[in-house]
Amino acid sequence: MKEFKYTVTDPVGIHARPAGILVKEAKNFVSKITITKGEKSADMRKLLALMGLGVKQGEEVTVQIEGDDEEACAAYIEKFFSENF
Amino acid sequence: MQVATGTKIVNGIAIGKLHIYKAPVYEISEAQAEDPIQELNRFEQARVKVQEQQHALYEKALKTAGEESAGIFEAHELMLDDDDLIDGCKAIMTEQKKGAEYAVREGFDNVAQMFSEMDDPYFQARSADIIDLKNAMLDVLMGNDTDSLQGTEPSILVAEDFTPSETVKLDKSLMLGMITREGSSNSHTAILARSMNLPTLIQCKDISDDWEGKFAILDGYNSCLYIEPTPDLIETLTNKHNEDLKKEALLQELKGKSNTTIDGRTIRVYANIGGPSDIGAVQANDAEGVGLFRSEFVYLNSKEDPSEEEQFQAYKRVVETLAPKLVVIRTCDIGADKTIDYMNLDKEENPALGYRAIRICLTRKDFFKRQLRALLRASAYGNLGIMFPMIISLREVRECKEILAECRRELANEGVKVADKIEVGIMVETPAAVLCADELAQEVDFFSLGTNDLTQYTCALDRQNAKLEPFSDTHHPAVLRAIQMTIEAGHRHGIWVGICGELGADQTLTETFLRMGVDELSVNAKSVLPLRKIIRSIDLSK
Repeated sequence: MKEFKYTVTDPVGIHARPAGILVKEAKNFVSKITITKGEKSADMRKLLALMGLGVKQGEEVTVQIEGDDEEACAAYIEKFFSENF
Repeated sequence: MQVATGTKIVNGIAIGKLHIYKAPVYEISEAQAEDPIQELNRFEQARVKVQEQQHALYEKALKTAGEESAGIFEAHELMLDDDDLIDGCKAIMTEQKKGAEYAVREGFDNVAQMFSEMDDPYFQARSADIIDLKNAMLDVLMGNDTDSLQGTEPSILVAEDFTPSETVKLDKSLMLGMITREGSSNSHTAILARSMNLPTLIQCKDISDDWEGKFAILDGYNSCLYIEPTPDLIETLTNKHNEDLKKEALLQELKGKSNTTIDGRTIRVYANIGGPSDIGAVQANDAEGVGLFRSEFVYLNSKEDPSEEEQFQAYKRVVETLAPKLVVIRTCDIGADKTIDYMNLDKEENPALGYRAIRICLTRKDFFKRQLRALLRASAYGNLGIMFPMIISLREVRECKEILAECRRELANEGVKVADKIEVGIMVETPAAVLCADELAQEVDFFSLGTNDLTQYTCALDRQNAKLEPFSDTHHPAVLRAIQMTIEAGHRHGIWVGICGELGADQTLTETFLRMGVDELSVNAKSVLPLRKIIRSIDLSK
């Protein structure tokens, strides 16, 4: 399993459009991707659940990736976070 | 005559008939459906159809409203792929044996409610997106015709509020203005109004159904609406409206033209901005670049000292969006009248002459380096310039440049990309800088005259003290001479000299500045085109 932590710097937080693109891209991997903020978690393949976490600027999230392509998947997602959130 | 009031979004006047824009009322059967399989099929067909519609709206918005407004429709398309939403609706059809319309209403309302209960305004506003999608689904399922809601003649549209897809679908050629009961300055209605420069009132609580078809004038300058106005008022406001149209047409003609005098001298007219939210104004007013980006906003909008990453993102957004235009970012100019709690600055007897701007940066090196590293990183994404404020000596400039070079070396070692060439300049806003301009010019790529502080320091007149008004003269010969000396010194050493203070936008001085040889004027975005008009009418050979 791979895991990384990320603190959101985007002024609007994890917002609709990039989140939508992320969800679409996440479906290209087979690994299970879970994002956690505090006590709430969401499946990265579900846009509304991901937005439902309401991640704002300055908040930290933990992303866990588990599955056959977890290396590549984790690298991709981490890069996406740093470029978009 | 009736007068209604609200909150204006843009200035301007709209004259015409009022038209009430009302979304259809959905009457949904709660009865059991005969054939759940058929309902599932209807749901699926509607979902695909609405996704196609959203995609078409995305394409349309991309052309008419730009990338940022269009993005929401791309998100809508993706929301309709959401498994939780789809499964929720399907369960209502298969388990409760209800019709597709009922399933859509319940399923989408559940998600909309989740968003409306969140505490952040951005996420709360997403519930409007879900409602928008719900209505689009219901329109398809029930065969509603939503295209004819707007009517066929030009009118001032009156509505409770407009959803994102309505704002794109509306035929703009038939819109004179907008009035809504709801909405905030961040709502889709307001965004549309600003991007179209359309007279608009929001938060107008007096809206009533019997306004339909009545003649009215929307006066954006005074945030009010006159229904069946008196003849006198019609005449006054029509004249004002015609003046606006004339002015606007003249300025629009100037877009894309150069700032060249009759005898062929061209200067650059740039915009002053305060943050990423001003990018739109720079583009709309056709500024050739940004001559002063006040970086204070990153410090003032933050509860704690902003991180390098946070600053980098903000600078990058501006530099990248405006590339290849030059964006000159002024380093932190905190102190004097701009104070911040987390900086723990002492209260001073004489703050204008006190611990501020570069003086803070040179004594709090880690703080300064965070900003310089963020600026250097952002430079890789466009054409960035760096400007140091409140300079009085050669030593300060050299020290700033040394720290900048140190940051560059660090980033190179970390393998971070930085632009090869970055223009570095200083604000000339103290008499000391004017008198040492020859020495300073040999150290930098440009000068930018900050006329507000230069006037205050040259005339020893406190800017904040209203009692000094009778003594102040914005065209004081000492200030004008200081400007001339600075331009001449700059040119002796082959660097460009601009003006970024209020005086730069003073149209009565434009010719004077041109004769002094100024290379650039950086002004508020709204003044760019009026200034271009003046420059194009000046003949320096006379």
